[in-house]
Formats: sequence, structure tokens, C-alpha cells
Amino acid sequence: MKFSVILSISKTHLISRRKQTVVAALGVTFGIGAYIIMMSFMTGLNGLLDGLVLNRTPHVHLYTEEVPSVNQPIHKVEKYKDQTKFVYSVKPKRKRPQIHNALPILDMLKKHPKVAGITPQVRAQGFYLAGQTQLNASILGVDVLKEADLYNLRDYIVEGSVLDLAANDKGIIIGKGAAEKLSLTVGDLVQIGTIEGEVFPLKIVGFYQSGLADIDDIQSYVNLKTAQRIIGESADYITDLNVKLLDMKNAPAMAKDLGKQFDVASVDIQTANAQFDSGTSIRNMISYAVSIALLIVAGFGIYNILNMLIYEKMNDIAILKATGFSGKDVRRIFISQAVIIGFFGGLFGLVLGYLVSWLISTVPFESEALPTLKTMPVNFETSFYFIGMIFAMVSTFLAGYLPSKKAERIDPVEIIRGQ
Amino acid sequence: MIPALEAKNINKYFREPVNFHVLKDISLHIDPGEFTSIMGKSGCGKSTLLYILSTMDTDYEGDLFINGQNVSQLNTDDHAHIRNESIGFVFQFHYLLSEFSVLENVMLPAKKLGKKSFEEIEHDAMEKLRLLGIDDQALKLSSRISGGQKQRVAIARSLINDPVIIMGDEPTGNLDSKNSDIVFNIFQELSHEQGLSLLIVTHDDDFAHRTDRIITMEDGRIIS
Ligand SMILES: Nc1ncnc2c1ncn2[C@@H]1O[C@H](COP(=O)(O)OP(=O)(O)OP(=O)(O)O)[C@@H](O)[C@H]1O
Ligand SMILES: [Mg+2]
Repeated sequence: MKFSVILSISKTHLISRRKQTVVAALGVTFGIGAYIIMMSFMTGLNGLLDGLVLNRTPHVHLYTEEVPSVNQPIHKVEKYKDQTKFVYSVKPKRKRPQIHNALPILDMLKKHPKVAGITPQVRAQGFYLAGQTQLNASILGVDVLKEADLYNLRDYIVEGSVLDLAANDKGIIIGKGAAEKLSLTVGDLVQIGTIEGEVFPLKIVGFYQSGLADIDDIQSYVNLKTAQRIIGESADYITDLNVKLLDMKNAPAMAKDLGKQFDVASVDIQTANAQFDSGTSIRNMISYAVSIALLIVAGFGIYNILNMLIYEKMNDIAILKATGFSGKDVRRIFISQAVIIGFFGGLFGLVLGYLVSWLISTVPFESEALPTLKTMPVNFETSFYFIGMIFAMVSTFLAGYLPSKKAERIDPVEIIRGQ
Repeated sequence: MIPALEAKNINKYFREPVNFHVLKDISLHIDPGEFTSIMGKSGCGKSTLLYILSTMDTDYEGDLFINGQNVSQLNTDDHAHIRNESIGFVFQFHYLLSEFSVLENVMLPAKKLGKKSFEEIEHDAMEKLRLLGIDDQALKLSSRISGGQKQRVAIARSLINDPVIIMGDEPTGNLDSKNSDIVFNIFQELSHEQGLSLLIVTHDDDFAHRTDRIITMEDGRIIS
């Protein structure tokens, strides 16, 4: 038998009790709508928070650690080879935290198939000098355009731009906090004093605001060359290499490999931000838990309405069976009603979810932490809409399954005799 | 000649509330084109027998043949198909789908059978309604017509798939004598002109005596 016959019967049932149908569908609509809204907003927020830390953090960070040498001179003396040696008060040797052979390593990693990009950095310590004021400064020499591409640097520059810095060898993008303390504005000169006692005047081409006061009061960006000049080192002097991978999951393994291969200290993003990851997954879990709870409620609504419908439709079921419809046909009639309710309820749920998400995304949202963000973060990912629809269909199918099974088993003789 | 319907040694028991032997060793056969009525006191088992003969009730002992095919051992899906294709059933109470139009009610069993196109089915359904004189009611909701009209719609529905046999459980029980006459004449015409077999339970003596044969039941047995 053609399925259209079954569909036309379900359609008539649904239309002739419009109110119940609409109530059942609305249950699904609200469930799915809430799911879409929750997911869009929660993952939007997650994205924002990830952006705060994860996007700015390299997947693998290579650097040199200042640790005291394990092999002290006494260990090399043949005479004491088999004796226990105690060396007290071992200190690290004062040396620059340079990565040896940084440039060859850089070239090599650029070609690595798992690497999305790599940026060299030069860290220099110094002071901001303005009149009598002297503030600690952490000057970061970077390849600024690359840094902007890989770590969203642009999002944190509140005045000026990365291009201004790239074009100016004597330029500096200074932390907003430091600038305020020194009462400096874009275009002013700031004196950078080094530990060695030299002074470099640099022109402020922009302000940088990360939202973390500790960083904004101290850190500033200059070009790689500028930083090397400030500390009086040559062009092959690099203190840090920041690697961004194509797939973040490979970070721990890569960090281990690279650290061993190049004999440098290395840390991966998961280790550096362990607490962050768990925050994200907990928020995701909450969104799913709430959505599933809503869908279960909607499912019970459908279950109830179908049960009632079947109770009212006992006569119809008996007639259909007496005139030759099989139990399977009857089951299909009722399950298709559930699925039709799920389909249309779900569809409207998607529309509702989209509209409300869109409304939320227009709500003004100013954050110190993300200066470029003006409205609420909302993630309009299409996969939520797919999953929402599948959710709607599956949950209504399950809700319709038991009542339909019941309808399938109804004995027409009992009903007819009961008249 | 293969009988349209044949029952051999049918026994049925009700186990609730007490063990009760309701049908005792029933054997009967209906030839094609034969118009038979069943009579008997209230409670003697006529309806129970009819539910078994129409394959709706499968809880019995004995053998049932429809158009020569033994159907006692078939499964419920096969029974549904046999009811759909070969048996028309008319209830005492006009069992129609109240949310559907008269025409749709008549068309449904044919749609289920799926042997004809929608247009043919619609055409045939209108034919049957015309035969019963209610074609003018075709588009009305089936809950919006009178009891006698409903009964005739049910008969039209039982005819739609050109069955081998029509069974009726007091199909004229709720009709006045005029409508009852109309229904009788239609039945007689169908059996004499189209070779349709009919097995009709009735309490109406006049009705019964005008049929080809009367089967009389008493306490779960056929006595004549
Ligand atoms: N579901 C049941 N459980 C137990 N006993 C039943 C059941 N249905 C019917 N009976 C009994 O079976 C007997 C036959 O019932 P049935 O309905 O076949 O009678 P009938 O001949 O059709 O009577 P009527 O002319 O009043 O319609 C009755 O005595 C009735 O009490
Ligand atoms: Mg009866």
C-alpha cells in the first residue's frame, strides 16, 4: 500500500484536532528553540573565553629555561667518580635565554606538515621612563603581521594598527595600562631604559589592551629587530618560538618531540591551560543537559497527547482493522503523526531559535577583555540546526513509539463488541 | 464449485469470567451467490461466530476456508489482507470514521488494497454510493448524516473492493421498515445479479424469510 494513504489518514487526524496538535508541536518548538539558543549563546561565549586565552596562546611554546647545570665540575673529576658528591647552593649561570640555532629551527618548522604557522619572539626586560616615573617593562619583539594572523593580535589593539608598527622600526605598541600611568598618547615618544643602562626613545604607534591588567601595565610590542637592538644582540638572537598547529590535539606530542629534538624547553597549550579546557567542556555539558531535559518534557507531552488520541480513536482503529488495515498500518498512522508533529514543531523551533539568537546577538555587550567586541557573542553554527532537527524527529519518534505499539495491538472485536 | 465460505467443526471458548463453551462444533458452507441469514435467540453466539468467520477473531478451534483457502493458520497480517480483499463487513452500529467525508470512508479500503488508481477508486466509490441512493451525501462529513444514511454508507464501503462475501451483524437493526426494505433489495440484487454471497445475522423474521436460506442457532449450535 502506498504510504500516502497512511499520511492522508494521519493528516486528517492531526487537522481535525488542531488544538492538541498545535500544543504538542509547540512543546517541540520550545524544546528545540531553547536548544538552539542555549548552544548558540553558550558556544558563542565559549568562543569568546577561548579567544581570551586559548587563541592567544601558542599550541607549542619553545623557550630556554634558566636551570642550574646538572653536571657540575666535580662530576668530571675522574678521581671521585664512584663517590657521592654534595654540591651546595647551585645557581643558574647568568646568560641570555637564547634558543640556539633558532633561525634554522624556524625554517625547518615552517615546512613541517602539522604546523600552521610559527612566530619568533624576543623578550627583553627594561623600564618605561617618563620624567621621574620608571615602570617595569616587558618588551616583546615580534614579527607583528604574522603574530596578528596567528594569534588575533588585531583584536586587542584599541588604537593604531599592526601595520603602523610593521612600518616603523622605531615604533612601539604599548600596553594601555602603562600608557595611562605615563600619560602618553599615540604619537608620543616613550623612553625605554635597559638593564644595562641604555635608553632608547620609541614612538608610540598604538595601544594594546588584553583585559588582564597585569599584562597591560607591563607588556608592549615592538618589531623583532627593535627588540634585538635594545638588548644589543644580533638578528639570530631569538628567545621564544611559538608554534601554532593545524590540529591542537597534537600539541602535547609535538611539544615533547620538538623539545627533545632541539634540546629546548617546551610546553603545550593543554598543559598551560588545563583548567580552561575543563571549563569549556562543563559549559557544553550544561547546555546539552538543559536541552535534553527540555526535549524530554516535550516528548512526554507528545506521548500524553498521542495516548489520549489513541484512546479517543479506538473506534477508528477498530474500523480500520475490520476493513483490512493491518496492525502495522495502524502503528504507522500514529507514529507518522508523532513524526509530523516533530518535523513541524522542530522546524518552527529552528526558526524561533534563530530569531532569538539573532536578537541576542544585537544586544550591546562591552567588555574590557575584548575591546573589539561590541555585542553579545553568538555562534550561528549550522550544525546546531541539523542536530536540533534530528533531535526533534528522534524524540518525537520515541514518544510516539509506545502509544503506536498500543494501537497496533488493539483487538477490533473487543471494541466492536463493546458498543 | 468452491464455496465462498466454509467452516468445519468450529469450537470457541470464553475463559473469562468463567469457562464457557460458546460455539459448539459449528460447520457450515455458503455457496457463491447464496443469500443466507442467521437467526437465533439473543446470546446464542451469532455475533461471536461472525467475528470468527470474518477472520477478526482468531482464538478458536476448527478450520475456516474462504474461497477455498484455509485461513485458520494464517497470521494477522494475512487476515487483514483477506478482510480487505475478500470480505465486506457491515456492523449493527454504523461504524464510520467520523472525521472523514462519506466518500473518503467508502474509498479507504480500496486505497488500502491499492489495486486501482485514485480516479478509478473515486469513480467506483461514487458508483456504490449511487447504488445505495446516497451519492448526494458524498462530500458531507460522515458524522453529519442520519443513521439510515450511515448504514448505507457502511454497506457501500463493504462493496468497494468487490468482495467474495459480505457479512452483516444486524445491518438493518437500526433502520425503519422502509430503509430496511431498501437494504434488503440491494442485498438481493447483489447476490442474484453479481453472484455475491451474503451471510446476514438478523432478528427480523420478514427479512430472514425472504433470503435463500435460514441458519438457526441455539446455545452455540446450528440446529437447522
Ligand atoms: N468477551 C466475552 N467474554 C465472555 N463471554 C462473552 C464475551 N462476549 C460474549 N460473551 C457471551 O457469549 C455469548 C454469545 O454472545 P454473542 O454476542 O455472540 O451473542 P449474539 O447471539 O450475537 O446475541 P445478540 O443477538 O444479542 O447480539 C453470550 O452469552 C455472551 O454473554
Ligand atoms: Mg450479536
